[in-house]
Amino acid sequence: MVGLEHYLTVAAALFVIGIFGIFLNRKNVIVILMSIELMLLSVNINLVAFSSFLGDLVGQVFTMFVLTVAAAEAAIGLAILVSFFRTRGTIDVEDANVMKG
Amino acid sequence: MTGTDFNTVLPEVLLAIYAMAALLFGVYTSKDKAAGLLTWVTAGVMVALAFWIGTTGEGARTAFGGMFNDDPFARFAKVTILLSAAAVLVMSQDYMQRRDLARFEYPILVALSVIGMMMMVSAGDLMALYVGLELQSLALYVIASFRRDSARSTEAGLKYFVLGSMSSGLLLYGASLTYGYAGTTLFSGILSTLGQGIPTGLLFGLVFMLSGLAFKVSAAPFHMWTPDVYEGAPTPVTAFFATAPKVAAMALFARLVHDAFGTIPGDWGQVIAAMAVLSMFVGAIAAIGQKDIKRLMAYSSIAHMGYALLGLAAGTAYGVQAMLVYMAIYVTMNIGTFAFILSLERDGRPVSDLASLNMLSKREPLKALAVLVLMFSLAGVPPMLGFFGKFYVLKAALDAGMMWLAIAGAVASVIGAFYYLRVVFFMYFGTETEGVTSRMAPVQWVALMGVALIVLVGSVYPFGVIDPKAAVAAEALVR
Repeated sequence: MVGLEHYLTVAAALFVIGIFGIFLNRKNVIVILMSIELMLLSVNINLVAFSSFLGDLVGQVFTMFVLTVAAAEAAIGLAILVSFFRTRGTIDVEDANVMKG
Repeated sequence: MTGTDFNTVLPEVLLAIYAMAALLFGVYTSKDKAAGLLTWVTAGVMVALAFWIGTTGEGARTAFGGMFNDDPFARFAKVTILLSAAAVLVMSQDYMQRRDLARFEYPILVALSVIGMMMMVSAGDLMALYVGLELQSLALYVIASFRRDSARSTEAGLKYFVLGSMSSGLLLYGASLTYGYAGTTLFSGILSTLGQGIPTGLLFGLVFMLSGLAFKVSAAPFHMWTPDVYEGAPTPVTAFFATAPKVAAMALFARLVHDAFGTIPGDWGQVIAAMAVLSMFVGAIAAIGQKDIKRLMAYSSIAHMGYALLGLAAGTAYGVQAMLVYMAIYVTMNIGTFAFILSLERDGRPVSDLASLNMLSKREPLKALAVLVLMFSLAGVPPMLGFFGKFYVLKAALDAGMMWLAIAGAVASVIGAFYYLRVVFFMYFGTETEGVTSRMAPVQWVALMGVALIVLVGSVYPFGVIDPKAAVAAEALVR
């Protein structure tokens, strides 16, 4: 029987993979965008699992909002990435170092 | 029922309709030639809305089943946000025109992010909180990379986007845990499920949400994006970042901890107190070696957020009142300071390194004097308004029995005074080098001198105007 805790564990694992993907990844900004998406989707798993466990629809409504906003966010992220590529000619993470820090 | 609901959110709806109409107008008529006109009209609309919200609102109302609050606290924050956004818009108009940045999208994006901020400070539900926050953030990501042909600006935008979306993810994960363990997303519902204790799941949710919000207010240890974004973004955008979004995020912080977790101030109080102390010291110490004035202002804002959090950490109505007063003073001082930074140029190119201020007092005695007043105020030197702001939050912390916090705050403010005074040192006692000129549009001049005057004269009758309003606002939030 798959219970609530299984869903929560999967979501937590995906979330942590997403965070590590942002910080450990040294190559490509696209991978960072994918990691962000992974974090948001793990939250969706959480919300839907809670929603079905509680028998309450609000969690699924929340999920729809998160999906919509995540799409807008990805669009803006890619747009910024395109203008970054135009000025720099590369999208390597290590090259994003005009300002130190 | 729906009629009254929409009546409550009317200011936001009107601003949203205006933003879309302005976008259509810009696209169909004149594109970037309309930039100047749209900037002034947008600022006018914001000021009008601020007056409307400030003068007509009465009591506390909720709309959409408690998802949206219209109370004195929200109104105080909204008026501050609208007025500061309008001030920053009109004072950067001249800079945008001269630096070939005058695009008609800019005022519209600012208006959209202001709608997001207004939603944030009124949020009564986790969903409203998230959507408001994202509306604000998405617009801010775009304007951070507004100078598309500059490597610095696009890099600033990219860094802000990556770290900003990660913080949204953290906040969202916290929100999902809170929803799961409280069974509701309404703040009032969450509050009523809390007894004296807090279940572990909810505690995790609370901590995740606090970290996500700490990113947005740039409180240490979640501050790393701030210096890069402040330095890389075009100066008008930096000026905007340092004012309205900070007020909104701080108000949202107060709204969340008091409306949704108000019965357990001990639990979030510790977290906020730790962030406050870290921010004050990181802001004060890391700023010492900076050579760029925009980077300096970034660390300055980190330190100031630490003080504002100090008021919040107290967990009392007086603490919230102190936080609101502090934010209002902080925003005022920053508007004046950035009016000056916007005007700095050498050979027609903008400069922002500290050394270029050498001996400014000889060439521009009046402006140098005004900046001196502002720097003293930011440092918290007694006769200026900035001192009273700091005094207020320290007193709130003391009254709540947080002696060590207040002492840490006082120590950090002494360390921080060093770098503000260094700016003054450069202006009055620096070495003669090739200096900068400070070419100011009338609006910038008025902003700089007006703020300097307020900061000086305000201390005669410290915050006579805003203090009673802040008190009412805090009473409404902390019941």
